[in-house]
Amino acid sequence: MSEAVVALINVLGILIAVLSVAAGLIWVERRLLAVWQDRLGPNRAGPFGVLQVVADAIKMFAKEDWIPPFADKPVFVIAPAIIIVTILTSFAVIPFSPVIGVVDLNIGLLFFLGMSSLGVYSVVLGGWSSNNKYSLLGGLRGAAQMLSYEVFMGLSLMGVVMLSGSFSLRDIVEAQQGLWFCIPQVLGLMIFMVAGLAEAHRLPFDLPEAESELVAGYHSEYSGMKFGMFFVGEYLGITLISALISTLFFGGWLGPILPPLVWFLIKTFAFVGFFILMRATLPRPRYDQLMAIGWKMLLPLALLNLVVTGGILLAAGG
Amino acid sequence: MLGLFQSIWAILKHTIRPPITVQYPDEQFDKPPRFRGRIILSRDPDGQERCVACYLCSAACPVDCIALQATQDEHGRRYPAFFRINFSRCIFCGYCEEACPTYAIQLTPDFEMSEYRRQNLVYEKEDLLISGPGKHPGYNFYRVAGLAIGGKDKGEAEDEQPPVDLHTLLP
Repeated sequence: MSEAVVALINVLGILIAVLSVAAGLIWVERRLLAVWQDRLGPNRAGPFGVLQVVADAIKMFAKEDWIPPFADKPVFVIAPAIIIVTILTSFAVIPFSPVIGVVDLNIGLLFFLGMSSLGVYSVVLGGWSSNNKYSLLGGLRGAAQMLSYEVFMGLSLMGVVMLSGSFSLRDIVEAQQGLWFCIPQVLGLMIFMVAGLAEAHRLPFDLPEAESELVAGYHSEYSGMKFGMFFVGEYLGITLISALISTLFFGGWLGPILPPLVWFLIKTFAFVGFFILMRATLPRPRYDQLMAIGWKMLLPLALLNLVVTGGILLAAGG
Repeated sequence: MLGLFQSIWAILKHTIRPPITVQYPDEQFDKPPRFRGRIILSRDPDGQERCVACYLCSAACPVDCIALQATQDEHGRRYPAFFRINFSRCIFCGYCEEACPTYAIQLTPDFEMSEYRRQNLVYEKEDLLISGPGKHPGYNFYRVAGLAIGGKDKGEAEDEQPPVDLHTLLP
Protein backbone atom coordinates (compact mmCIF):
# COMPACT_ATOMS: atom_id res chain seq x y z
CA MET A 1 0.00 0.00 0.00
CA SER A 2 2.62 2.52 1.09
CA GLU A 3 4.75 1.49 -1.86
CA ALA A 4 1.93 2.34 -4.22
CA VAL A 5 1.50 5.73 -2.55
CA VAL A 6 5.23 6.46 -2.88
CA ALA A 7 5.12 5.47 -6.54
CA LEU A 8 2.10 7.68 -7.12
CA ILE A 9 3.79 10.65 -5.45
CA ASN A 10 6.87 10.00 -7.57
CA VAL A 11 4.87 9.89 -10.79
CA LEU A 12 2.75 12.94 -10.09
CA GLY A 13 5.65 14.94 -8.64
CA ILE A 14 7.88 14.27 -11.63
CA LEU A 15 5.05 14.96 -14.06
CA ILE A 16 4.20 18.32 -12.49
CA ALA A 17 7.83 19.30 -11.95
CA VAL A 18 8.87 18.43 -15.50
CA LEU A 19 5.91 20.21 -17.08
CA SER A 20 6.41 23.36 -15.03
CA VAL A 21 10.13 23.35 -15.74
CA ALA A 22 9.42 23.02 -19.46
CA ALA A 23 6.97 25.92 -19.30
CA GLY A 24 9.37 28.00 -17.23
CA LEU A 25 12.09 27.35 -19.79
CA ILE A 26 10.14 29.47 -22.26
CA TRP A 27 10.83 32.45 -20.03
CA VAL A 28 14.39 31.33 -19.22
CA GLU A 29 15.24 30.99 -22.88
CA ARG A 30 13.86 34.39 -23.78
CA ARG A 31 15.72 36.09 -20.95
CA LEU A 32 18.99 34.28 -21.72
CA LEU A 33 18.79 35.02 -25.43
CA ALA A 34 18.13 38.65 -24.51
CA VAL A 35 21.24 38.73 -22.32
CA TRP A 36 23.36 37.44 -25.20
CA GLN A 37 21.81 39.88 -27.65
CA ASP A 38 22.23 42.91 -25.33
CA ARG A 39 18.48 43.15 -24.80
CA LEU A 40 16.28 42.83 -21.72
CA GLY A 41 13.72 40.22 -22.75
CA PRO A 42 10.32 39.84 -21.11
CA ASN A 43 10.54 41.68 -17.76
CA ARG A 44 7.09 43.19 -17.36
CA ALA A 45 4.74 40.52 -15.99
CA GLY A 46 5.61 39.80 -12.38
CA PRO A 47 9.08 39.87 -10.79
CA PHE A 48 11.70 39.66 -13.56
CA GLY A 49 8.87 38.79 -15.92
CA VAL A 50 8.42 35.21 -14.66
CA LEU A 51 4.66 35.52 -15.02
CA GLN A 52 5.18 35.89 -18.78
CA VAL A 53 4.68 32.13 -18.94
CA VAL A 54 1.27 32.47 -17.27
CA ALA A 55 0.33 35.28 -19.64
CA ASP A 56 1.38 33.17 -22.63
CA ALA A 57 -0.60 30.20 -21.34
CA ILE A 58 -3.74 32.32 -20.85
CA LYS A 59 -3.33 33.73 -24.33
CA MET A 60 -2.91 30.28 -25.83
CA PHE A 61 -5.91 28.83 -24.00
CA ALA A 62 -8.07 31.78 -25.00
CA LYS A 63 -7.19 31.53 -28.68
CA GLU A 64 -9.49 29.94 -31.19
CA ASP A 65 -8.57 26.29 -31.48
CA TRP A 66 -8.89 26.14 -35.22
CA ILE A 67 -8.70 23.02 -37.37
CA PRO A 68 -8.35 23.80 -41.06
CA PRO A 69 -11.23 22.38 -43.13
CA PHE A 70 -8.76 20.69 -45.49
CA ALA A 71 -6.90 18.95 -42.65
CA ASP A 72 -7.09 15.27 -41.78
CA LYS A 73 -8.90 15.93 -38.50
CA PRO A 74 -8.19 12.90 -36.26
CA VAL A 75 -4.50 12.83 -37.16
CA PHE A 76 -4.29 16.60 -36.87
CA VAL A 77 -5.63 16.44 -33.33
CA ILE A 78 -3.51 13.50 -32.19
CA ALA A 79 -0.16 14.69 -33.59
CA PRO A 80 0.66 17.29 -30.90
CA ALA A 81 -0.20 14.82 -28.16
CA ILE A 82 2.33 12.28 -29.45
CA ILE A 83 5.39 14.44 -28.80
CA ILE A 84 4.26 15.27 -25.25
CA VAL A 85 3.41 11.66 -24.46
CA THR A 86 6.63 10.17 -25.81
CA ILE A 87 8.87 12.67 -24.06
CA LEU A 88 7.00 12.47 -20.77
CA THR A 89 7.20 8.69 -20.96
CA SER A 90 10.94 8.95 -21.49
CA PHE A 91 11.19 10.86 -18.22
CA ALA A 92 10.00 7.71 -16.46
CA VAL A 93 13.43 6.11 -16.76
CA ILE A 94 15.46 9.15 -15.70
CA PRO A 95 16.91 8.71 -12.20
CA PHE A 96 16.56 12.10 -10.54
CA SER A 97 18.21 10.98 -7.30
CA PRO A 98 18.83 7.63 -5.54
CA VAL A 99 15.20 7.62 -4.34
CA ILE A 100 13.37 9.75 -6.91
CA GLY A 101 12.48 8.17 -10.24
CA VAL A 102 9.48 6.36 -11.66
CA VAL A 103 10.93 3.05 -12.83
CA ASP A 104 14.36 1.50 -13.08
CA LEU A 105 14.08 -0.46 -16.33
CA ASN A 106 16.98 -2.75 -17.10
CA ILE A 107 16.70 -1.48 -20.69
CA GLY A 108 16.20 2.16 -19.71
CA LEU A 109 18.49 3.54 -22.39
CA LEU A 110 16.81 1.50 -25.12
CA PHE A 111 13.45 2.66 -23.81
CA PHE A 112 14.54 6.27 -24.20
CA LEU A 113 15.85 5.64 -27.73
CA GLY A 114 12.61 3.93 -28.69
CA MET A 115 10.46 6.72 -27.29
CA SER A 116 12.47 9.43 -29.02
CA SER A 117 12.07 7.52 -32.29
CA LEU A 118 8.33 7.48 -31.75
CA GLY A 119 8.44 11.23 -31.17
CA VAL A 120 9.13 11.82 -34.84
CA TYR A 121 5.60 10.66 -35.63
CA SER A 122 4.39 13.86 -34.05
CA VAL A 123 6.32 15.94 -36.56
CA VAL A 124 5.57 13.78 -39.57
CA LEU A 125 1.87 13.31 -38.84
CA GLY A 126 1.43 16.96 -37.90
CA GLY A 127 3.04 18.01 -41.17
CA TRP A 128 1.11 15.46 -43.21
CA SER A 129 -2.34 16.01 -41.73
CA SER A 130 -2.10 19.80 -42.10
CA ASN A 131 -2.40 19.23 -45.85
CA ASN A 132 -0.18 22.20 -46.48
CA LYS A 133 2.95 22.23 -48.63
CA TYR A 134 5.14 23.95 -46.07
CA SER A 135 3.95 21.71 -43.27
CA LEU A 136 4.59 18.63 -45.37
CA LEU A 137 8.10 19.83 -46.24
CA GLY A 138 8.74 20.41 -42.54
CA GLY A 139 7.42 16.97 -41.67
CA LEU A 140 9.54 15.30 -44.32
CA ARG A 141 12.62 17.12 -43.10
CA GLY A 142 11.78 16.03 -39.59
CA ALA A 143 11.54 12.42 -40.68
CA ALA A 144 14.80 12.46 -42.63
CA GLN A 145 16.64 14.31 -39.89
CA MET A 146 15.37 11.98 -37.21
CA LEU A 147 16.25 8.92 -39.28
CA SER A 148 19.84 10.08 -39.85
CA TYR A 149 20.51 11.33 -36.35
CA GLU A 150 18.84 8.43 -34.56
CA VAL A 151 21.43 6.06 -36.00
CA PHE A 152 24.49 7.48 -34.35
CA MET A 153 22.60 8.78 -31.33
CA GLY A 154 22.25 5.17 -30.28
CA LEU A 155 25.80 4.31 -31.36
CA SER A 156 27.32 7.21 -29.43
CA LEU A 157 25.75 5.87 -26.24
CA MET A 158 27.10 2.36 -26.70
CA GLY A 159 30.47 3.44 -25.32
CA VAL A 160 28.77 4.40 -22.07
CA VAL A 161 26.93 1.10 -22.03
CA MET A 162 30.20 -0.78 -22.57
CA LEU A 163 31.94 1.06 -19.74
CA SER A 164 29.12 0.57 -17.26
CA GLY A 165 28.04 -2.84 -18.51
CA SER A 166 24.35 -2.01 -18.20
CA PHE A 167 21.45 -0.39 -20.02
CA SER A 168 19.88 0.70 -16.75
CA LEU A 169 20.33 4.42 -16.16
CA ARG A 170 20.72 3.89 -12.40
CA ASP A 171 23.53 1.42 -12.96
CA ILE A 172 25.17 3.83 -15.38
CA VAL A 173 25.13 6.59 -12.74
CA GLU A 174 26.48 4.20 -10.10
CA ALA A 175 29.27 3.17 -12.48
CA GLN A 176 30.46 6.80 -12.59
CA GLN A 177 31.42 6.90 -8.90
CA GLY A 178 35.13 7.03 -9.75
CA LEU A 179 35.21 8.94 -13.01
CA TRP A 180 32.45 10.67 -14.92
CA PHE A 181 32.05 9.25 -18.41
CA CYS A 182 32.58 12.67 -19.95
CA ILE A 183 36.35 12.03 -19.70
CA PRO A 184 36.70 8.59 -21.33
CA GLN A 185 33.71 9.17 -23.62
CA VAL A 186 34.36 12.77 -24.67
CA LEU A 187 33.78 11.90 -28.34
CA GLY A 188 30.55 10.10 -27.50
CA LEU A 189 29.47 13.11 -25.43
CA MET A 190 30.00 15.51 -28.33
CA ILE A 191 28.18 13.27 -30.79
CA PHE A 192 25.32 12.75 -28.37
CA MET A 193 25.02 16.50 -27.86
CA VAL A 194 24.72 17.14 -31.60
CA ALA A 195 22.28 14.27 -31.99
CA GLY A 196 20.32 15.52 -28.98
CA LEU A 197 20.03 18.97 -30.51
CA ALA A 198 18.72 17.39 -33.71
CA GLU A 199 16.42 15.13 -31.71
CA ALA A 200 14.81 18.07 -29.89
CA HIS A 201 14.60 20.09 -33.16
CA ARG A 202 16.55 22.84 -31.55
CA LEU A 203 18.43 25.51 -33.38
CA PRO A 204 20.75 25.09 -35.21
CA PHE A 205 18.95 21.86 -36.21
CA ASP A 206 15.40 23.19 -36.34
CA LEU A 207 15.00 22.44 -40.03
CA PRO A 208 11.53 20.89 -39.62
CA GLU A 209 10.40 24.26 -38.27
CA ALA A 210 12.72 26.68 -40.10
CA GLU A 211 10.53 29.74 -39.71
CA SER A 212 12.65 31.71 -42.18
CA GLU A 213 11.95 29.23 -44.98
CA LEU A 214 8.82 27.21 -44.16
CA VAL A 215 6.54 29.70 -42.35
CA ALA A 216 6.54 27.55 -39.19
CA GLY A 217 7.27 24.16 -40.73
CA TYR A 218 5.24 21.24 -39.51
CA HIS A 219 3.09 23.31 -37.14
CA SER A 220 2.19 26.13 -39.57
CA GLU A 221 -1.50 25.26 -39.36
CA TYR A 222 -1.64 24.78 -35.61
CA SER A 223 -3.04 27.34 -33.23
CA GLY A 224 -4.18 27.60 -29.65
CA MET A 225 -3.23 24.88 -27.23
CA LYS A 226 -2.37 22.40 -29.99
CA PHE A 227 0.45 24.70 -30.98
CA GLY A 228 1.17 25.12 -27.28
CA MET A 229 1.71 21.38 -26.96
CA PHE A 230 4.26 21.39 -29.77
CA PHE A 231 5.88 24.36 -28.07
CA VAL A 232 6.01 22.78 -24.62
CA GLY A 233 7.07 19.51 -26.26
CA GLU A 234 10.14 21.23 -27.65
CA TYR A 235 11.11 22.49 -24.22
CA LEU A 236 10.38 19.10 -22.67
CA GLY A 237 12.75 17.69 -25.28
CA ILE A 238 15.51 20.06 -24.23
CA THR A 239 15.00 19.16 -20.60
CA LEU A 240 15.06 15.46 -21.42
CA ILE A 241 18.25 15.65 -23.48
CA SER A 242 19.94 17.78 -20.80
CA ALA A 243 18.88 15.35 -18.09
CA LEU A 244 20.22 12.47 -20.16
CA ILE A 245 23.55 14.16 -20.81
CA SER A 246 24.00 14.80 -17.11
CA THR A 247 22.92 11.24 -16.29
CA LEU A 248 25.01 9.45 -18.89
CA PHE A 249 28.14 11.55 -18.99
CA PHE A 250 28.28 13.78 -15.91
CA GLY A 251 27.43 11.42 -13.10
CA GLY A 252 23.76 12.25 -12.67
CA TRP A 253 23.07 12.88 -9.02
CA LEU A 254 26.69 12.22 -7.94
CA GLY A 255 28.53 15.09 -6.33
CA PRO A 256 29.95 16.23 -3.00
CA ILE A 257 28.25 18.07 -0.12
CA LEU A 258 24.99 19.10 -1.82
CA PRO A 259 22.01 16.70 -1.87
CA PRO A 260 21.82 14.40 -4.93
CA LEU A 261 18.72 16.05 -6.41
CA VAL A 262 20.39 19.48 -6.30
CA TRP A 263 23.43 18.13 -8.14
CA PHE A 264 21.18 16.59 -10.77
CA LEU A 265 19.29 19.85 -11.25
CA ILE A 266 22.47 21.94 -11.43
CA LYS A 267 23.93 19.70 -14.12
CA THR A 268 20.69 19.53 -16.09
CA PHE A 269 20.16 23.28 -16.10
CA ALA A 270 23.76 23.87 -17.09
CA PHE A 271 23.08 21.88 -20.25
CA VAL A 272 19.78 23.63 -20.83
CA GLY A 273 21.74 26.89 -20.70
CA PHE A 274 24.29 25.42 -23.10
CA PHE A 275 21.56 24.50 -25.58
CA ILE A 276 20.21 28.04 -25.42
CA LEU A 277 23.73 29.35 -25.95
CA MET A 278 23.96 27.17 -29.07
CA ARG A 279 20.76 28.73 -30.31
CA ALA A 280 22.15 32.20 -29.69
CA THR A 281 25.38 31.35 -31.49
CA LEU A 282 24.89 29.13 -34.50
CA PRO A 283 23.02 29.71 -37.74
CA ARG A 284 20.87 26.97 -39.23
CA PRO A 285 22.78 24.79 -41.72
CA ARG A 286 21.45 24.09 -45.19
CA TYR A 287 19.51 20.87 -45.48
CA ASP A 288 22.14 18.96 -47.46
CA GLN A 289 24.80 20.21 -45.02
CA LEU A 290 22.77 18.79 -42.15
CA MET A 291 22.62 15.40 -43.86
CA ALA A 292 26.31 15.54 -44.78
CA ILE A 293 27.35 16.32 -41.20
CA GLY A 294 25.24 13.43 -39.98
CA TRP A 295 26.21 10.68 -42.38
CA LYS A 296 29.74 11.66 -43.42
CA MET A 297 31.14 13.00 -40.18
CA LEU A 298 29.24 12.01 -37.07
CA LEU A 299 28.33 8.45 -38.03
CA PRO A 300 31.97 7.47 -38.79
CA LEU A 301 33.09 9.23 -35.61
CA ALA A 302 30.49 7.34 -33.57
CA LEU A 303 31.65 4.05 -35.10
CA LEU A 304 35.26 4.98 -34.39
CA ASN A 305 34.38 5.76 -30.79
CA LEU A 306 32.64 2.41 -30.52
CA VAL A 307 35.57 0.47 -31.95
CA VAL A 308 38.22 2.27 -29.89
CA THR A 309 36.25 1.94 -26.64
CA GLY A 310 35.61 -1.73 -27.34
CA GLY A 311 39.26 -2.33 -28.23
CA ILE A 312 40.53 -0.67 -25.07
CA LEU A 313 38.07 -2.54 -22.89
CA LEU A 314 39.05 -5.79 -24.55
CA ALA A 315 42.74 -5.08 -24.09
CA ALA A 316 42.17 -4.14 -20.46
CA GLY A 317 40.38 -7.44 -20.00
CA GLY A 318 37.13 -5.73 -19.00
CA MET B 1 35.60 23.42 -35.46
CA LEU B 2 37.78 26.19 -34.03
CA GLY B 3 35.40 28.75 -35.50
CA LEU B 4 32.58 27.14 -33.57
CA PHE B 5 34.27 27.77 -30.25
CA GLN B 6 35.25 31.27 -31.31
CA SER B 7 31.59 32.02 -32.04
CA ILE B 8 30.48 30.60 -28.70
CA TRP B 9 33.10 32.68 -26.91
CA ALA B 10 32.06 35.80 -28.81
CA ILE B 11 28.46 35.30 -27.71
CA LEU B 12 29.45 34.46 -24.15
CA LYS B 13 31.29 37.76 -23.86
CA HIS B 14 27.94 39.48 -24.24
CA THR B 15 26.84 38.07 -20.88
CA ILE B 16 28.53 40.90 -19.01
CA ARG B 17 27.67 43.64 -21.50
CA PRO B 18 24.83 45.86 -20.27
CA PRO B 19 21.69 45.85 -22.39
CA ILE B 20 21.17 48.78 -24.72
CA THR B 21 17.40 48.74 -24.29
CA VAL B 22 15.82 51.97 -23.08
CA GLN B 23 12.59 51.06 -21.28
CA TYR B 24 10.81 53.97 -22.87
CA PRO B 25 7.80 54.99 -20.83
CA ASP B 26 9.79 54.50 -17.62
CA GLU B 27 13.08 55.84 -18.88
CA GLN B 28 13.37 58.71 -21.32
CA PHE B 29 15.97 58.68 -24.04
CA ASP B 30 18.06 61.71 -24.95
CA LYS B 31 16.45 63.49 -27.86
CA PRO B 32 18.73 65.66 -29.99
CA PRO B 33 17.79 69.36 -29.98
CA ARG B 34 16.86 69.26 -33.66
CA PHE B 35 14.49 66.31 -33.16
CA ARG B 36 11.40 66.89 -35.28
CA GLY B 37 8.34 66.54 -33.07
CA ARG B 38 5.27 68.57 -32.15
CA ILE B 39 5.01 71.86 -34.08
CA ILE B 40 4.70 75.15 -32.19
CA LEU B 41 4.31 78.82 -33.09
CA SER B 42 6.80 81.06 -31.28
CA ARG B 43 6.66 84.69 -30.19
CA ASP B 44 9.31 87.35 -30.63
CA PRO B 45 11.11 88.81 -27.59
CA ASP B 46 8.42 91.49 -27.21
CA GLY B 47 5.80 88.82 -26.76
CA GLN B 48 4.16 89.43 -30.14
CA GLU B 49 3.29 86.64 -32.53
CA ARG B 50 6.12 86.05 -34.97
CA CYS B 51 3.89 84.60 -37.67
CA VAL B 52 3.21 87.02 -40.50
CA ALA B 53 0.71 84.73 -42.22
CA CYS B 54 2.70 84.50 -45.45
CA TYR B 55 1.31 81.01 -46.25
CA LEU B 56 4.79 79.69 -47.08
CA CYS B 57 4.56 76.87 -44.51
CA SER B 58 1.17 75.88 -45.81
CA ALA B 59 2.53 75.89 -49.37
CA ALA B 60 5.62 73.90 -48.40
CA CYS B 61 3.66 71.27 -46.52
CA PRO B 62 3.71 68.06 -48.58
CA VAL B 63 0.58 66.69 -46.91
CA ASP B 64 -1.38 69.96 -46.73
CA CYS B 65 -1.91 69.75 -43.00
CA ILE B 66 -1.48 73.48 -42.30
CA ALA B 67 -4.41 75.86 -42.79
CA LEU B 68 -4.37 79.56 -41.92
CA GLN B 69 -6.04 82.85 -42.74
CA ALA B 70 -4.10 86.15 -42.91
CA THR B 71 -5.33 89.38 -41.39
CA GLN B 72 -3.86 92.72 -40.23
CA ASP B 73 -4.06 94.82 -37.11
CA GLU B 74 -4.50 98.62 -37.14
CA HIS B 75 -0.71 99.17 -37.49
CA GLY B 76 -0.57 97.09 -40.66
CA ARG B 77 1.11 94.16 -38.89
CA ARG B 78 0.08 90.87 -40.48
CA TYR B 79 -0.91 87.91 -38.31
CA PRO B 80 -2.98 84.77 -38.80
CA ALA B 81 -6.66 85.05 -37.94
CA PHE B 82 -6.63 81.32 -37.43
CA PHE B 83 -3.81 78.83 -37.69
CA ARG B 84 -4.66 75.16 -37.76
CA ILE B 85 -2.39 72.11 -37.99
CA ASN B 86 -3.92 68.70 -38.45
CA PHE B 87 -1.44 66.43 -36.67
CA SER B 88 -3.17 63.30 -37.88
CA ARG B 89 -1.82 64.25 -41.30
CA CYS B 90 1.47 65.83 -40.32
CA ILE B 91 4.52 63.74 -41.25
CA PHE B 92 6.96 65.85 -39.20
CA CYS B 93 9.17 66.55 -42.22
CA GLY B 94 10.14 70.02 -40.99
CA TYR B 95 9.61 71.73 -44.38
CA CYS B 96 7.33 74.32 -42.72
CA GLU B 97 10.13 75.28 -40.36
CA GLU B 98 12.57 75.59 -43.26
CA ALA B 99 10.13 77.66 -45.28
CA CYS B 100 9.25 80.07 -42.49
CA PRO B 101 10.88 83.51 -43.10
CA THR B 102 10.33 84.70 -39.52
CA TYR B 103 11.33 81.62 -37.45
CA ALA B 104 7.73 81.51 -36.24
CA ILE B 105 6.90 77.88 -36.89
CA GLN B 106 9.27 75.43 -35.19
CA LEU B 107 9.44 71.72 -34.48
CA THR B 108 10.12 70.62 -30.91
CA PRO B 109 11.49 67.37 -29.42
CA ASP B 110 8.10 66.50 -27.91
CA PHE B 111 6.39 63.65 -29.71
CA GLU B 112 4.03 62.18 -27.10
CA MET B 113 0.78 63.49 -28.51
CA SER B 114 -1.39 60.42 -28.91
CA GLU B 115 -5.14 60.96 -28.60
CA TYR B 116 -8.17 58.72 -28.33
CA ARG B 117 -10.21 60.99 -30.64
CA ARG B 118 -8.93 61.87 -34.04
CA GLN B 119 -10.48 65.33 -33.84
CA ASN B 120 -8.24 66.12 -30.86
CA LEU B 121 -5.25 65.98 -33.16
CA VAL B 122 -6.34 69.16 -34.91
CA TYR B 123 -4.46 71.93 -33.12
CA GLU B 124 -5.71 75.52 -33.25
CA LYS B 125 -3.60 78.65 -32.86
CA GLU B 126 -4.06 78.82 -29.12
CA ASP B 127 -2.79 75.23 -28.87
CA LEU B 128 0.20 75.98 -31.05
CA LEU B 129 1.34 79.34 -29.68
CA ILE B 130 3.98 79.25 -26.96
CA SER B 131 5.00 82.14 -24.76
CA GLY B 132 8.68 82.35 -25.75
CA PRO B 133 10.93 82.68 -28.79
CA GLY B 134 11.82 78.95 -29.08
CA LYS B 135 15.05 78.12 -30.89
CA HIS B 136 15.92 81.70 -31.92
CA PRO B 137 16.01 83.93 -28.86
CA GLY B 138 16.40 87.63 -29.58
CA TYR B 139 15.18 87.48 -33.15
CA ASN B 140 12.44 89.97 -33.96
CA PHE B 141 11.36 90.05 -37.59
CA TYR B 142 9.84 93.51 -37.52
CA ARG B 143 12.97 94.98 -35.89
CA VAL B 144 15.18 93.79 -38.75
CA ALA B 145 12.77 94.03 -41.69
CA GLY B 146 12.71 97.23 -43.74
CA LEU B 147 8.96 97.33 -43.63
CA ALA B 148 7.18 100.44 -42.36
CA ILE B 149 4.80 99.52 -39.58
CA GLY B 150 3.06 101.26 -36.74
CA GLY B 151 5.67 102.82 -34.42
CA LYS B 152 8.54 102.17 -36.84
CA ASP B 153 9.12 103.95 -40.11
CA LYS B 154 11.44 103.08 -43.00
CA GLY B 155 15.10 103.27 -42.12
CA GLU B 156 14.54 102.79 -38.40
CA ALA B 157 15.18 99.06 -38.25
CA GLU B 158 18.35 97.59 -36.74
CA ASP B 159 21.46 97.90 -38.98
CA GLU B 160 19.47 99.98 -41.45
CA GLN B 161 20.42 103.32 -43.04
CA PRO B 162 17.73 105.95 -43.48
CA PRO B 163 16.34 105.86 -47.03
CA VAL B 164 18.13 108.01 -49.58
CA ASP B 165 16.14 111.02 -50.86
CA LEU B 166 16.27 110.47 -54.62
CA HIS B 167 16.00 114.20 -55.31
CA THR B 168 19.43 114.84 -53.74
CA LEU B 169 21.02 112.48 -56.27
CA LEU B 170 19.89 114.59 -59.25
CA PRO B 171 22.71 116.13 -61.25
